[in-house]
Amino acid sequence: MELLANLALGFETAFTPVNLLYCFVGCLLGTLVGVLPGIGPTATIAMLLPITFSFAPVTALIMLAGIYYGAQYGGSTTAILINLPGETSSAVTAIDGYQMARKGEAGAALATAALGSFFAGTVATFVLALAAPPLARAALNFGAPEYFSLIVLGLIASIALAHGSILKALAMIVLGLLLGMVGQDIYTGTPRFTFGFFELYSGLNFVAVAVGVFGVAEILRNLENETTREVMVRRVSNLWLTREQLRRIAWPVLRGTGLGTVLGILPGGGHVLSSFAAYSVEKRLSKRPQDFGKGAIEGVAGPESANNAAAQTSFIPMLTLGIPAHPVMALMIGAFIIQGITPGPNVIKDEPALFWGIIVSMWVGNLMLVILNLPLIGLWVKLLTVPYRVLFPAIVVFASVGCYAIASNHFDVYAIAVFGLVGYVLVKLGCEPAPLLLGFVLGPLLEEHLRRAMILSRGDPMIFLERPISATLLALAVIAIVVAVLPSVRRKRDEVFVEED
Amino acid sequence: MGRAGVKDILSGLIFLGFAGAFGTAAAGYKLGTAFRMGPGYFPLVLAVALGVLGAAILVKGVTAAASDTPLGPVPWRGAVLILTALVCFGATVRGLGLVPAVFAAAFLSGLASRSNSPLAALAIASALTALAVVIFHFGLGVSVPLFGSWLRGIV
Repeated sequence: MELLANLALGFETAFTPVNLLYCFVGCLLGTLVGVLPGIGPTATIAMLLPITFSFAPVTALIMLAGIYYGAQYGGSTTAILINLPGETSSAVTAIDGYQMARKGEAGAALATAALGSFFAGTVATFVLALAAPPLARAALNFGAPEYFSLIVLGLIASIALAHGSILKALAMIVLGLLLGMVGQDIYTGTPRFTFGFFELYSGLNFVAVAVGVFGVAEILRNLENETTREVMVRRVSNLWLTREQLRRIAWPVLRGTGLGTVLGILPGGGHVLSSFAAYSVEKRLSKRPQDFGKGAIEGVAGPESANNAAAQTSFIPMLTLGIPAHPVMALMIGAFIIQGITPGPNVIKDEPALFWGIIVSMWVGNLMLVILNLPLIGLWVKLLTVPYRVLFPAIVVFASVGCYAIASNHFDVYAIAVFGLVGYVLVKLGCEPAPLLLGFVLGPLLEEHLRRAMILSRGDPMIFLERPISATLLALAVIAIVVAVLPSVRRKRDEVFVEED
Repeated sequence: MGRAGVKDILSGLIFLGFAGAFGTAAAGYKLGTAFRMGPGYFPLVLAVALGVLGAAILVKGVTAAASDTPLGPVPWRGAVLILTALVCFGATVRGLGLVPAVFAAAFLSGLASRSNSPLAALAIASALTALAVVIFHFGLGVSVPLFGSWLRGIV
């Protein structure tokens, strides 16, 4: 069995003391930022990316991955305890989870979230291990036109799932692509959009862009209305489920896992979408839909399993194709590049220990998270009382030092300020920042593949339609945009995302 | 349900502005042909696309019914202080070194919150400076000197 041999290699890699330690550190940090509102995994990973520079590649990626799925766990804790989802994907958990906490069932809600997530994480990790190798093999046949179409599909699909205006999301993508053009042209060496600054020749630092748009802009948003958070639950007791409760969550967990596993592969906010989808499925299938919104345990089990499953499977496009499904994956790609590894279908063949080590570490990490979250819940509750006025100066400081340390380039710190301001203004005007970052990361790749494809075809754009795989991918992109614009879907989308508020 | 009149007009204008700036610069580079694209080709195409999208958003805003979701408050003081903190850090980290630059950035951004008194901001800045030195200097061995060349002979 090839799979078993691969998994054995993965276990060997993931279970070295160093990797176990950093897997733990990643999960711990992830839970931390998931619990603390105002700082999410995107900004955290962006800030820590420079630090991982000195690690071995596999260690660095294990830790960064841990931050990402750890944040999914942590986000649900705040959603349940203070009705304040730390992450968008746990917004739905807050609906019934918080009601359970008010009824004194916080322990059961937290246990459901943790067990559901663990189960979902295990299944989704296994799916990842099964699905990645054949996909990577197929991707090896991709030429420049296929990659171009794939990136177009990825960009378009990411907005179909985002909320808000499609036009604005498209504009944010194009603006991101343009920002990605800053720096020396790869073919001719011509410096582009550098305003004569030598510091910009190597392009805008994407850590600076990410920290600015996601970190600083978010701080400014939070400073608009400074409110103090109230922690209602002082002590969480009875962190276990009764037999009856276990019976009630079994099917929701399974369904949520299935939904999340499939939707997570989609570009864009797959993990957000999947938790909303799981919630509405559970509500529809329930014999007592009137209980939803009043503390139905199924309303916690389904979405929590779904978002964790999706968090795992969203690694598939990144690990097999080198195409990020959302901004966090874009940063992971950055981590690969910093380590001198080109992400894409070759990783699995050239760096098997790295690839399988990351996959196995995800399962190990999920196990650690159950341990971190259930017995240590009191610690996280305490952390909720850290006031934001102390937290955000820390974010500013860590962002600037971390970003400066990458290349000792003070320009990168100015870029944080500029993108913080631009990001804040655009977010305030109803433009989502995620498409901009995706466009920024994919811009150079898109241009490179376009130019290569055009050289192949001697300037004939029909090449994208003549090659079957490329044509299919473009057709999917067109379908995605048509579907997103259709009035009936739009209404449904708005409905789904309204529940968020 | 408010239609986004003002927001659309403003964001449309911003996108148009970016499109104009990038487009003008791109037109100055060698364009080449579709067969052999020069450095200006793809950015120019993108700038035109951004211009079209920006114009569409602008038109949508102008033609929208007047009811609008309010923009909400803007934290002017916080924004100015935080951006100053970042620029100040960038400008001084090389010359002054890690300790003064972090302290100044933390103090300035600490002041950005209305619930922080200057004294509280000082306390936060001191704690964060210590933390940053421990984590970055001792923990991670980041090669930024604690005190920079401007302070040589003083510290």
